[in-house]
Amino acid sequence: MFIQQLVNGVSIGGIYALMATGYALIYSLLGFSNWAHGDVAMLGAYIGFLCVATVRMPFWLSALTALLGAGVISILNERLAYRRIRRNNAPTMFLMIAAMGLSVTFQNMVIVFLGPKFRTYPPVIPVKAISLGSIKIGVLDIFSMAFVIIAMSLLELLITKTKFGLAIRAASSNMITASLMGINIDFYITLVFLLAGSFAGAGGVLLGLKYTVYPQMGNVSLKAFIASVFGGLGSVRGAIVGAFIIGIMEVFVSGFITSGLRDLFTFGLLIAILLIKPSGLFGIDIQDKA
Amino acid sequence: MSGYVEGVIILIGINIIAVLGVSILTGFTRLFSFGNAGFMAIGAYTSAILTTKFNMPFIISLLGGMFVAALISLALGKLTLGLKGDYFLITTLGFGECTRVLIEFLDPITGGARGYAGIPQKTTLFIVLISVVLAITVARNLLNSKYGRNLKAIREQEIAADAVGIDTARFKQLSFTVSAVYAGWAGALFAHYYMFITPVMFNLDKSSELTITVVIGGLGSLTGSIIATTVLTLLPEVLRSVANYRMLFYGIAVVLIITLRPNGLMGYKELSASWIKNLLLQIRRMFRCRKEVA
Repeated sequence: MFIQQLVNGVSIGGIYALMATGYALIYSLLGFSNWAHGDVAMLGAYIGFLCVATVRMPFWLSALTALLGAGVISILNERLAYRRIRRNNAPTMFLMIAAMGLSVTFQNMVIVFLGPKFRTYPPVIPVKAISLGSIKIGVLDIFSMAFVIIAMSLLELLITKTKFGLAIRAASSNMITASLMGINIDFYITLVFLLAGSFAGAGGVLLGLKYTVYPQMGNVSLKAFIASVFGGLGSVRGAIVGAFIIGIMEVFVSGFITSGLRDLFTFGLLIAILLIKPSGLFGIDIQDKA
Repeated sequence: MSGYVEGVIILIGINIIAVLGVSILTGFTRLFSFGNAGFMAIGAYTSAILTTKFNMPFIISLLGGMFVAALISLALGKLTLGLKGDYFLITTLGFGECTRVLIEFLDPITGGARGYAGIPQKTTLFIVLISVVLAITVARNLLNSKYGRNLKAIREQEIAADAVGIDTARFKQLSFTVSAVYAGWAGALFAHYYMFITPVMFNLDKSSELTITVVIGGLGSLTGSIIATTVLTLLPEVLRSVANYRMLFYGIAVVLIITLRPNGLMGYKELSASWIKNLLLQIRRMFRCRKEVA
C-alpha cells in the first residue's frame, strides 16, 4: 500500500514538475509568476485532444502539435501582453493582473467555443497495469514518467551545458548587464516562453490522458506554482524536487487521511514554508522577499 | 418599484461594497489579493449562522460577519503581509481556496457543498442604500486622511515610504483588514438577500471578477470602481445575449487595459464637479481648434 501510493505520487508529481519548471524559468527571467501558465497547459491538452479525436491524427503527431501549439500560445502571451508592460516599466503587479486576465480569457474562450463539457482522450495508450509483485503501475504512468525523466534531463543539459543555458543564467542573474554583454534578451525571453509553453503543453496532454480535459483543468497549475515556491522561485532544480514532494504528499493525504482536505494540506504546506524558509529549498535571493 | 429593478439595484449595491474593498487594497495600496471572495464567504456564513442558529437580529449578524472577517484578516495579514507580491498573492489564493474547502468539509455546521439554506431575507433596498452610502463615505474619508495618504505612499514606492518613517507593515495590515471587512459586509448582505449560499459562489472566479472590476474602473479611483461595478452588473441584465460571453469580455478587457491604458477608466482621478468642468472645457477647446483650422 505504502509503495503503491508512492508510485502514484511520483507519477502525478512528474506532471507537476513539467509545469513547475516553466513557472521557474519564467520567474527567474522576468521576476513574476505567470498565472496564465496553467491555461496554456489546458489549451495544449485541448489541441492534442482535437487532433486525436476530431482530426484523427496519430497520437505522436497530435502530441507534437499540442506541444508546439502551447509553445506558440505562450510566446504570443509574451509578445502581445507582457512585453508591452515590461517596456512601460510598469510595476510587477501589472504583469500579474495581465496574466490573470489572460487566464480568464483562455478559460472562457474554451467554454464559449468548445463548451464546458468534460472530455476524455480516446485510448491511445493502453489502459493496462503492469504488476510488480503487489504493486501495480499503469502503462500510461510509465510512459509519462519516462517522458518526464527525459524532458527534465534534456532541460538540465540545456541549462548547464549549452550557450543558450549560459545566456539564460546570465540574464536571470542580471538582465541589464547581460544585455550590455551582447545577449539578445528579447530573443532568449521568447525562447524561454516557447520552452515553458511546450512543457506546459506536455503536462496538459499527460493530465488529459490520465484524467479528463475540461476548461478549468489549468487550475491544477496552482500545485505546480506551489511546487516552484517550495523549491525556491526561479530555481528549476528546486521546482522539480518541490513538484515530486507535493505530488507524493497529496497522494498520501488523500490515501491515508481524506481527499476532501487534500488542498488544505497543500496550501498549509505553502504557508508553512513561506514562514519558515521564504526562499524555498533552493532559493537564492532572500532579501527582497522578507 | 418593481421587484426586478429593486433586485438589480440591491445586487449593484452589494457588488459596490465588495469592489470598494478590493479597490482600497489593490488600487490604493497595490496589494494584489485573491482572497476577497474568501472573506465574503466568511461574512456570509458567519452572519447566516448567527441569524438562523442564534436568532440574532440582522444588525448583529451583519456586524458579526464583518468582525470575524476582520479577525481572520488580522491573523492572515500577520503571517503573509511581509511577503513579496507573488508570495502574498499565492497565500491569499490559498486562503480563499482553503476557506471554500473547509466550508465544504464542515458539513454539520455549514451544510457542506450542498449549501446553506433557510436564511431569512433581511436585506432590503433601504439597508443596501444606507450600507453603500456608509461604505463610500468611510472609504473616501479614509483615503483622504493621513492613513490614506500613507497607503498611497506605499503604493507609489514602498521602500521610500518606509524610509520617510511610514510603518508600512501596519498600514498594509490596515488596508488588508478594511478590505476584508468590506468583503464580509458584502457577503453578509448577499446571504440575507439570496437566502441560500453555497461555497462555489465564493470561489476563485469571484475574486478575479472583483479585481477585474477594479482594474476596468481604474486602479486608484473610487468613483471609477463604482462606475465599473454599476456598468458591469447592469450589462448582463440589459443585454441578456452577452451574458454567456461576459467573463470572456472581462478577460480581454483586462488584458487590453493593463497593456494599453493601465490607468483604466478613471485612473488616479475621481469623478467630481471640477473634473466634469475640465472635461467640458477640453471638449470646447477641441471644437474651437477645429473651427480655426477650418
